[in-house]
Amino acid sequence: MRPAQKPGARKVSDILRCEAVVVDFDGFKALQGMNLTLRQGELRFLIGPNGAGKTTLLDVICGKVKPASGRVLFRGEIDLTRKREHRIAELGIGRKFQAPSIFPSLTVREHLEIAMRQNRSVFATLTARMSSEDEDRMAAQLKMIGLEAKAGRLAGSLSHGEKQWLEIGMMLMQEPDVLLLDEPAAGMTDRETEKTGILLREIARRQSVIVVEHDMEFVRNFASAVTVMHEGRLLAEGSVDEVQNDERVMEVYLGRRRDADADRSTA
Amino acid sequence: MPFAYWTPRRIWLLVGYAAAVSALLCAPLYLNDFRLNLLAKFLALAVAALGLDLIWGYTGILSLGHGVFFGLGAYAMAMHLKLAASGGKLPDFMSWSGLTKLPWFWRPFESPAFAMLAGVLLPVALALLLGWFTFRNRIKGVYFTILTQALVIITTTLFVGQQAYTGGTNGITGYSTLFGFKLADPQTKVWLYLLTAVVLFAAFALCRYLTGSRFGRVLRAIRDGENRARFIGYNPALYQMTAFCVSAGLAGLAGMLFVLHVGIISPSMMGIVPSIEMVLWVAIGGRGTLIGAVLGAVLMNGAKSVLSETYPELWTLLIGLLFVAVVVFMPRGLAGIAGLPAALRRRRERTDESDGVGTENGLGNAAGAEAGGAEGVRHSAV
Repeated sequence: MRPAQKPGARKVSDILRCEAVVVDFDGFKALQGMNLTLRQGELRFLIGPNGAGKTTLLDVICGKVKPASGRVLFRGEIDLTRKREHRIAELGIGRKFQAPSIFPSLTVREHLEIAMRQNRSVFATLTARMSSEDEDRMAAQLKMIGLEAKAGRLAGSLSHGEKQWLEIGMMLMQEPDVLLLDEPAAGMTDRETEKTGILLREIARRQSVIVVEHDMEFVRNFASAVTVMHEGRLLAEGSVDEVQNDERVMEVYLGRRRDADADRSTA
Repeated sequence: MPFAYWTPRRIWLLVGYAAAVSALLCAPLYLNDFRLNLLAKFLALAVAALGLDLIWGYTGILSLGHGVFFGLGAYAMAMHLKLAASGGKLPDFMSWSGLTKLPWFWRPFESPAFAMLAGVLLPVALALLLGWFTFRNRIKGVYFTILTQALVIITTTLFVGQQAYTGGTNGITGYSTLFGFKLADPQTKVWLYLLTAVVLFAAFALCRYLTGSRFGRVLRAIRDGENRARFIGYNPALYQMTAFCVSAGLAGLAGMLFVLHVGIISPSMMGIVPSIEMVLWVAIGGRGTLIGAVLGAVLMNGAKSVLSETYPELWTLLIGLLFVAVVVFMPRGLAGIAGLPAALRRRRERTDESDGVGTENGLGNAAGAEAGGAEGVRHSAV
């Protein structure tokens, strides 16, 4: 286990820092003192066996789950664990859930329109008008996610992959400083996955990204830094090679795999 | 396609609206006094239906308590009319109940301006109070609906019990003038009808603006996936409260107009049955479409008065059957029939593209979309 970070060692370029986060679901400790530091402009992959607490960590950061203890500091000073979800989103943290969750009765365009970075008060949306600048941005975004031809379609009628892309497009319109993506390539074809990876790299030039991923192939191809979680704790951190050659990681993964194989053979 | 303004569809819509508006404005020319008064009543109720559609059809929150907001508006107007009719003396029902002095909260209603303001603002304030304690605490769905029912029971019980102040079960009736004009005068009735029609147009325009603005899109987003909207950065509670307050205000406005046409308001007109009936108008007309709400209110009440003139006991039976039929066969209500050819065409196009996924929302309707929305919420909640 890596030693906990010293309080004085704060780096200015840290955009997000989780400190000793504990999440307790009625006695089941999903996170048991998880630490994570994300630098500005970093593309970080979060891996680990099932139940390691990866999604729960994202839930804590975006406010969906309130931790029993620990802090999540945004820009070194704002404690996100004390904020409500919409406030966290407004501060600049975007979340994409694993299953595509779009609004079935809104068109693709309308999705981008409401996701766009803007004043989100009732009064502002009552009087909002699309500027030509907004239109341009929207058009560029539609092109980027390849849904230009379907801009007027109801999102409920899109295919699975298109919904995922629409969600990524919405996140980009939000212009968050930190993007939290839960298995963005799940259910995509190889080509779509490739495209997603390239897009992620593109995004990470300006924004910081945390990606939860199971597909090791995808991780190898696109990850610069990897964090491995196990049983609600940080297990290892480093480049893909470092992590893959880490003994504890191998034990966790291979151990699991051996168990799974054993299960399969007895089944 | 989204950039072209004068599409054929838009032109036809405009022609339709113009025809409907002129037909309504000319109604005094071709309807007798009795029918005109009935139509005026229906148009007043349509204002309430618009408000209900805003909160139920567009925001996805079912209120079975709109009778209360309607009733508050109606009572505010009735209090003024009663005071005007009593001519400085104590209203008759108060002296029967043994009061000797006008209660303090009745006094401001001597001013018609105050009464009219109160008729809208009281329902808005009550909606704000209820919304504040529910939406902020994420009480929604059936729990919210049950609370609105409780509100109805509390309010009607209160109004029945406080006979000296509210007229009890009999309610408040026996009016004579508004702004000095005799209410019984046919000429006044025509003006009141026209006023009601204009209020309905204004309410329609307001709802049209609200639902067509980005605010309206956020409302629909909240209806489809409240959590998802939250993670974009919207505070659903504020949007729900706003929609609920506007909705309550429109119901209050409808109540005020209703009293002017009907000449009486009593607790039974704001109780559980009228509250549910309002929901039926919107369901049968087509929730999530404004024109559906208006059509539903006018046609259902029209049918009710025609049928109950001939077969009074049949009406409740029929309304129940109709409701079941609409829910099962026409989830978009009457307004859905107009959109059916386009929906079928879209569905055909989609199957031609053979993407196969998501066709369950082929009708693109509010009800179907909401089912999908609920699914979306479930996913994000996992």
